[in-house]
Amino acid sequence: MDWVLLIEQCLNGFQLGVLLFLIAAGLTLTFGIMDFVNLAHGSLYMLGAFFCATLTLWTDSFLLGVLLGLPAVLAAGMLIEVTTLRTLYQRHHLDHVLATFGLILFFNELVQVIWPLDGLRVPFPPAFDGSVPLILGIEYSAFRLLIIVVGLAVAAGLWFLVARTRIGMLVRAGAANPAMVSALGVNIRLLFTFVFGLGAALAGLAGMLVLPILGANSGMGEQIIILAFVVVVVGGIGSIRGAFIAALVTGLIDTLGRSFLDVLLLAFLPTNAAEAAGPALSSMLIYIFMVVVLFLRPQGLFPPGR
Amino acid sequence: MSALLPASPRAWFAAVVLALCAAMPVIAGAIDEPYYMDIFARMMIWAIAAVSLNLILGYGGMISFGHALYLGLGGYTVGICSYYGIDSALVQWPLALVIAALVALAFGAISLRTRGVYFIMITMALAQMVYFLAVSAEEYGSDDGLVIYTRSELGGGFDLNEPLHLYYTIFGCLLLALYFTRRLVASRFGMVIRGVQSNETRMETLGFATLRYRLAAFVIAGVMCAAAGVLSANVEKFVSPDALHWTRSGELIFMVVLGGMGSLFGPVAGALAFWLLAEVLSRFTEHWHLVFGPFLLLVILFARSGIDGLFGTRDDAG
Amino acid sequence: MLKPILGTLLVAALAVPGAQAAKIKIGFVTTLTTPAAVIGNDMRDAVELALEHIGHKMGPLDVEVVYGDDEFNPQKGKQATERLVKQDKVDIVAGYIWSHVLLASSNTVLDAGKILISANAGPSQLAGRGCHRNFFNISWQNDQTPMALGEVLNQRGIKSLYVIAPNYAAGKNMVDGVERTYKGEVVGKDMTQWPAQIDWAAELSKVKSVNPQAVFVFYPGKHGPAFITQYKQAGLEGKIPLYSVYTLDSLSLPSFQQANMTGVLGTTMTQFWAPDIDNAQNKRFVSGFKQKYGKYPSFYGAQSYDAVFFIKSAVEAVGGDVSNIDGMRAALQKADFPSVRGPFRMGPNHFPIQNFYSREVVKDADGVWTTSVREVVLRDHQDPYAAECKMK
Repeated sequence: MDWVLLIEQCLNGFQLGVLLFLIAAGLTLTFGIMDFVNLAHGSLYMLGAFFCATLTLWTDSFLLGVLLGLPAVLAAGMLIEVTTLRTLYQRHHLDHVLATFGLILFFNELVQVIWPLDGLRVPFPPAFDGSVPLILGIEYSAFRLLIIVVGLAVAAGLWFLVARTRIGMLVRAGAANPAMVSALGVNIRLLFTFVFGLGAALAGLAGMLVLPILGANSGMGEQIIILAFVVVVVGGIGSIRGAFIAALVTGLIDTLGRSFLDVLLLAFLPTNAAEAAGPALSSMLIYIFMVVVLFLRPQGLFPPGR
Repeated sequence: MSALLPASPRAWFAAVVLALCAAMPVIAGAIDEPYYMDIFARMMIWAIAAVSLNLILGYGGMISFGHALYLGLGGYTVGICSYYGIDSALVQWPLALVIAALVALAFGAISLRTRGVYFIMITMALAQMVYFLAVSAEEYGSDDGLVIYTRSELGGGFDLNEPLHLYYTIFGCLLLALYFTRRLVASRFGMVIRGVQSNETRMETLGFATLRYRLAAFVIAGVMCAAAGVLSANVEKFVSPDALHWTRSGELIFMVVLGGMGSLFGPVAGALAFWLLAEVLSRFTEHWHLVFGPFLLLVILFARSGIDGLFGTRDDAG
Repeated sequence: MLKPILGTLLVAALAVPGAQAAKIKIGFVTTLTTPAAVIGNDMRDAVELALEHIGHKMGPLDVEVVYGDDEFNPQKGKQATERLVKQDKVDIVAGYIWSHVLLASSNTVLDAGKILISANAGPSQLAGRGCHRNFFNISWQNDQTPMALGEVLNQRGIKSLYVIAPNYAAGKNMVDGVERTYKGEVVGKDMTQWPAQIDWAAELSKVKSVNPQAVFVFYPGKHGPAFITQYKQAGLEGKIPLYSVYTLDSLSLPSFQQANMTGVLGTTMTQFWAPDIDNAQNKRFVSGFKQKYGKYPSFYGAQSYDAVFFIKSAVEAVGGDVSNIDGMRAALQKADFPSVRGPFRMGPNHFPIQNFYSREVVKDADGVWTTSVREVVLRDHQDPYAAECKMK
């Protein structure tokens, strides 16, 4: 048993999970509170990456890129909500899906017009450009560790916000009974805009965190949005706790699957079949996982009680 | 005699469009633009697929993000049969329909337990799994696709290699699909399906086994879509996993919505409009998605009933 | 009363077509929308440059190029091809980046009796079982470039190799190609999900655990820079040498330079061409491209540039009579034109028989990162599918 490899893969899975959580959190918030299916959430992830990239290249500092980029994504998210999405809340889910699908097309094209066609890359922040020695002689990427730390911090902050602050209470109340909250004098529309903006900022942050590793490209949202939806659905729509757990489990399944599935298959199948089946199966693994979960618990793992 | 004439503007519209499709080979020949015949053939195939999706989406309220899967199943059945030298349509076509029915039965049984967004996600996931399977199948070209060297052999004087024969076969299938949908929707079965979309609890209290009805509709829709896939394989002489991708399903949903959900002729109008729009816009600018995206958004915001909605409200199945 | 009528008739007579010089219309299908348009634009730029260099004339004919956009989609590509053949009525069709678009579109051109020239896609079907007398490929067959890389690995004494490539047709072709020639042991292979997977943390951890002598990858487009960045982040840069095909080229190197990824300097790949191959045509091409567009051309551009001159040689051979398909075909089979890759032959299956070189990433005299040719790895190499071609 290669413990070093196993621990490293668990860390990798954890890192992927944390990233998925950042994106899924915003998605499950808008979903749970405004009952709004936002396919264009991935576009906010993409915009975060592009804003941060431009600012980083301009100021020569990744930190400044993130700090200045976050308010930019927040503003962009709120702008989108106020101008186009607000009218759709009362509508059917299908309308949400189609309208935000149109937004995806628009943003993917917009990004190709404003920025270079093949995207932007930024140099690694020098402080994190290297490996950190861990237990058992494992050298793990400093930047990936940073992602894990930041992600966990944000998760904790989000929990605190929703569970312990007045705004959080308003958010939860607005989800349970918007009419009542509005009758109590709270501006529901402003609240919803805030929630959407928060979700956008979280997605944007995720985009910024992956920027040095993946670069900023048109269409990068689509690749992650499906996984994010899987996480939201498996965790239970509207549940941040569900999203957190589902995200970590999804990250681990995906990573460990890619690492060890071919070894597992080689034990049962001849080499050729294993080589062909391996990649196919590991692509499908997350979907199979979701189908199984939904078959057993059609509302997800931790649906928020209403 | 007057009973044969279209009764309403809506019906006139459908008649005109269908007449245009019927006459296109002649028109294209007259203005020396054989390319238009190709476009219309392709649009009619998508129209059949949209009609099939409308059955479950428009009338049944089931938002399937994996419907394009059946287009792929139909196409690949023809392709793989041809790969092994089986070119007879009498073998290929029924086989495609049977396979589609079985897959729809299995996938429907799994997905229809869920609702709303969960249903969307499951249908998408199942379709993606088939997509990955197709990409892994190296023998059949993987994502390079499979070239089909011979069109299906129909026999009896029909030669699908003759452009006119192929074109009118597609047109005939479109008419058949529309006719079948009309009869189905007006039948007791159709009433139940529409009742389920409107209020499932009520239907269950009335004693209907709603899951079985929805599953049946799901299978019928899948089979009809596979028929479109079979025709597509014959037109393109090519099939690839690209046809199975969830974004293709998204485009199909769009055509149904654009044309008007739950209307008989809506999906046909939607399919034509979708393709014509893409074709026209792309001639103006390379960045046509910049216009197309907001256009879709505006349709959802302001013209939700689609093209069919332009003809005013309906009081029956249309 | 009579004057206006006569005047109208005169104008009408002058407007009768045929009063201008005869023309050849070339249809060029490539990707002009979606991010992959980076490649399509490079090809279009090269075609435009070639047209400039030949003065927009081939033999006695004026040249008009009509571009078609495949939108990176086989059905749309086929439709664009149909438009070119049936509506624009082009005389010859060229281009095609992607194998699936080419395979979907080929019968449209070939069934119409016209000549089809691929300026990039080289699927095995068209080299072997599906070869056609009117189809020509002016680039390479997919397996050849990685076969050359396998040879390089042998020459450098690499005994254990870890392979990471995307799980789609081209990716599998690349891996198959390397395995055809590589004599050492493949100690690990990961075929990753394409195009969704863009984070290789899991695979790179496995590489560290297995510790091979070298790693081979194929990641075209934006995946290339992402992979190389993560390779470095995983601490593998400089520890385990990285070999690649179609991952580092003129299209991706500028962004590497912008991100200061100095680790890619000195890495090795194989290709049939490099910007500094020493012959007059290539010098003219590269310097002309740099002057007009301010950057190095990629191999896609090189192939497109060659395609124009390739067609020109055929047109000149038939004296401008493009309806003489047999004559054009014979001329194309001879491939007697100045190519940027240097001299080569056209194989019996209409794919080139040519040299493959090893290339290295270097800094040129102006500090711009580019690729430079090193040595011949495979000489006069024919693709492995030629024997399957039974051309009628």
